[in-house]
Order: sequence, then structure tokens, then C-alpha cells
Amino acid sequence: MSLITSAIGQGLMWGILGVGLFLTFRVLNFPDMTVEGTFPFGAAVAVTAITHGMSPLLATLLAFVAGMLAGLATGLLYTKGKIPILLAGILVMTALYSINLRVMGKANVSLLNENTLFKAKFLTQLPQYFDGVVVGFLFVVVTLVLLGYFLQTELGQAFIATGDNVTMARSLGIKTDGMTIMGLMVSNGFIGISGALMAQSNGYADVSMGIGVIVIGLASIIIGEVAFGELTMNQRLVAVILGSILYRFVLLIVLQLGFNTDDLKLISAIVLALALMLPTLQKKFHVQKLMRNGVTRHE
Amino acid sequence: MSEPILQLKDIIVTVNTGNEERQILKQLNLTINRGDFVTVLGTNGAGKTTLFNTIAGNLQPAAGQVLLKERDISRDNEERRAQHLSRVFQDPKMGTAPRMTVAENLLLAQQRGQRRTLKLRKLRQNRAHFHEMAAEIGNGLEDHLDTPTGNLSGGQRQALSLLMATMTTPDILLLDEHTAALDPKTSEQLMHYTQQRITQSNQTCLMITHHLEDALAYGNRLIVIDDGRIEADFNAAEKQKLTREQLYEFFDETLS
Repeated sequence: MSLITSAIGQGLMWGILGVGLFLTFRVLNFPDMTVEGTFPFGAAVAVTAITHGMSPLLATLLAFVAGMLAGLATGLLYTKGKIPILLAGILVMTALYSINLRVMGKANVSLLNENTLFKAKFLTQLPQYFDGVVVGFLFVVVTLVLLGYFLQTELGQAFIATGDNVTMARSLGIKTDGMTIMGLMVSNGFIGISGALMAQSNGYADVSMGIGVIVIGLASIIIGEVAFGELTMNQRLVAVILGSILYRFVLLIVLQLGFNTDDLKLISAIVLALALMLPTLQKKFHVQKLMRNGVTRHE
Repeated sequence: MSEPILQLKDIIVTVNTGNEERQILKQLNLTINRGDFVTVLGTNGAGKTTLFNTIAGNLQPAAGQVLLKERDISRDNEERRAQHLSRVFQDPKMGTAPRMTVAENLLLAQQRGQRRTLKLRKLRQNRAHFHEMAAEIGNGLEDHLDTPTGNLSGGQRQALSLLMATMTTPDILLLDEHTAALDPKTSEQLMHYTQQRITQSNQTCLMITHHLEDALAYGNRLIVIDDGRIEADFNAAEKQKLTREQLYEFFDETLS
């Protein structure tokens, strides 16, 4: 039971990363590699702020600002510097590795004996792992309400249009470069928050904690889409969160099967690859036809 | 009536192909008056689309000026010019956002060139208005206000693009072979609707076409572009006397 509770809490906190990535990967239609640097950047900034005496909530919000700056850097390289988006993201991600070391002063900073969001009084009275669920849920709700509202505004619609058809958006007078930069900033802001939450949940920030997080984010998005199908924009945001929780369950099952935690990244990659190949596989092996035949043949 | 709305002065556009520089537009001069509905003819590579790109701001000319209502807009980028100028492309995919619904697309177009803020979009308040405008097209688009435009037929999408381009009555409408990708019947319907939209609001318009019949049947002025220059410019009276055969001859002489 406690494993499931823990998975839900983790799923919610990682879900914020998924939602952030959704803004670039699905709305703007490109993969943003910055994520792998932003996630530990958010963690590093929040943890360093906390060890310097800042309140955990403010430190978490500071991680949002830090993430936005990383997104701004990628956005400027991409739109003004005309560097391909994949490369722009990789450049900022690489640069952030050094910046994270500078921010923390060393490769790993512990939060032992420090105040964190999870040490609030009402949380410590809850059963084990419920603190993660409560904190994750609160941040998810705020994230979804803010983003859900934003996407329904004039600006949000212009942002969606930019990702959907950049030629049209520009011909309607939408400043598409500005929209792209804004999207990258907001996206990375939320990813920074996700990093800050995970660091406080784990009790430390590590300079290498960003490795492979893009796969986790993408897996949340894809699993959400595979599981829930055609949805409106706001429903899709919720689907990402649920996808993130489902993904945690998948990992839980894999670990129960006896795999080692060292194998997790390999398994993550395989799960995502399979999910991404699903449409192709369906076509190739006529999965739906096979399933239909399986149901109807022996009447 | 003959108040100039758009002027192109000595426009030169060059492209670099490998190591040599080639001129696409060669000191082109053109004045468009308010209310002109100009059909634009020319062979492939004559510079028609380049002319449109120069007017719309996708391309910066190497030399020359673009004046809109006597204001020099040569340095304005495409996004700034969008306030005064709209365009329908040949490819139906280019004019609409495929994953957004018809109503959402119309809402975006309604705000052409305006600042977009953090105010909530007003989809519901505009619905009746959109329904009414879509119904005027006569192809059933009004029943698909909540359909993503990617699921519409090419004809419906182009009609929507045209509606989106004209709903704010911009100073200039640019139609870049907007019926070329459609089947003959749909193409004819769209031309009919185009004519209706343009005459309704006395819309100033330039229309590139490859159909000599359309070039003759529509509009009140006809220009022929060849080798980066305006080769011929027929006003309403001259255009009326012009026949298909004469145009053919004209093309044979100058363009071979």
C-alpha cells in the first residue's frame, strides 16, 4: 500500500515536469532538451536557497524563475540565433551542468536537518508517503488551473496557433518568436518547480539528477495520450498528470518483477520507445484487427 | 476613387543561387488604387509569388520602397504588416491551424494585428456572429464550428482561409492561386464566394491565377508579370475588350 501511495506522490510531482514538457513537445511541436538541465537547475537553486535560510515555498518559486531563465536562453538561441532547437536545448543543458555545480558548490547537497515543504507540521502527522501526495496534488492543481486559464486567453490561443501553424500565425500578426520564447520559459519554469519538489522529497539535490528526465516527461505525455485518447486541450493536461502516475505504476511493477533500480533508465527508454512505436506497430501487425478477430471468430 | 493605397517603387529582389546572384524582381514599379481587384498573370518563375512576398514582408527587397497609404513600410516585418494586409495561400494547409477548431481559427483571425493579452478569449460571445458568417459561404461550414480544421475538406479550408483573411477588411488582400489546389467545381464555388466577399466590402485585392478565364472574368484590372517586371497593365476598359486569344498571343510573343 505504501508503495502505491509513494508512486502516486511521485507521479504527481513528476507530472508537473510532464505538463511543462507538454507545452513544448505537443503544443509548440518540438522536443526541448533543456529539460535535462532545467530539472537539476530547479533542484540546485531551491536546495541552495533553503540551505541559505530561505523558506521552502519561496525557494520552490525561485526554482520556477530559474527554469524560466534557462528557457529564455534556449528560446533566444533558437529564435534569434537560428540554432536548431535540439542543439539549442543541448547547449543550454550542457551549460547548466556547470552552472548547477557553481550554484551548489559541489555535486551533491543534502537537505538533512533543513526545513523543506515536506516538514510542514500538518504533513508530518500524515501516514507515511502521504506528504508527497498532498504536496504533489496542491502543486498540480495550481499548475493546471494557471495553465488551463492561460491557454484559454487571447495570448494562450496565439501561443497554441504558433505551434500549430507558424506560417498562419505570423500572417495573422502573431509574434511567433515571442510566443516560442514565452512557451519555453513557462515550460522550463514548471520543470524547475518539479526539480525543486523532487529534491525536497528525496532530501538532496544531485548534479546528475537530470539524466533521462526528458524520457520520463515524454513517457507521461505518451502514456496519457494512449490511455485516454482524443481530448480537449485542458483535459490533455490532466491526462499528462494521470499518465505520469501510470508510468510510476509501470516502474513499480517492473521493480516488483525483480529488476534492479540500476536497470530503470533502460526500462524507461524501452517503455517510451514501445509507446512511441505503438501507432506503427498497430498498423504493421493489425493489432486492432487481430483483437477484433479474437473477439468475434469463435461465435 | 483612384487614391493609391499601395505603391511599389523600383523594387529589386535578388537571390543567391550558389555563387551567382540572380535578380527575381528587376526595378519593378506598381501602384494599386483603393478598390482595385487586380488579377495577376505570369509564367512560372516570372516573380509573381516573390512580388507577394515582398508586399507581405516575408522578403526584404535589396532596393526600392513599399508604401502603404503613403507610409513607407519597407522596414516593417511580416507580423507588423499583418495588421493591414492579409493573404490566402495556394496550399489549404497553410491558412488555418489544423488542430484548432473552425471557431478558434476565426477568433484568431478576428484579432488580426492586434495585441493579444491575458484576457480570456471570447469564443461563446462570438459564436452567433461566426455562425452567420460561415453560413454565407454556402458549403456547410457553419455546422462545423467545433471541428478541428484539419478534418475539413480542402475546399472548406480554403473558404475558411478566405473568410479569415477578409473578416477584418484589411487594406490589401493577397490571393496566391488560392483555388489551384481544388477540383474544378470546388474551385468555381470558391471563386464565386471570393467575388462576393470582395464586392461586398469593396476590398482591394491582388489575385495570382493560372486560369486565363478567371483572370478575364474577375477583377477590374489585369497585370502580366514577366521576368521580374510588369509586362502589361490593362485597366478595366481595356480588360473588358481583352479576349482569351489575345492573352494567349501575348504570352506566346513575350514569353517564348
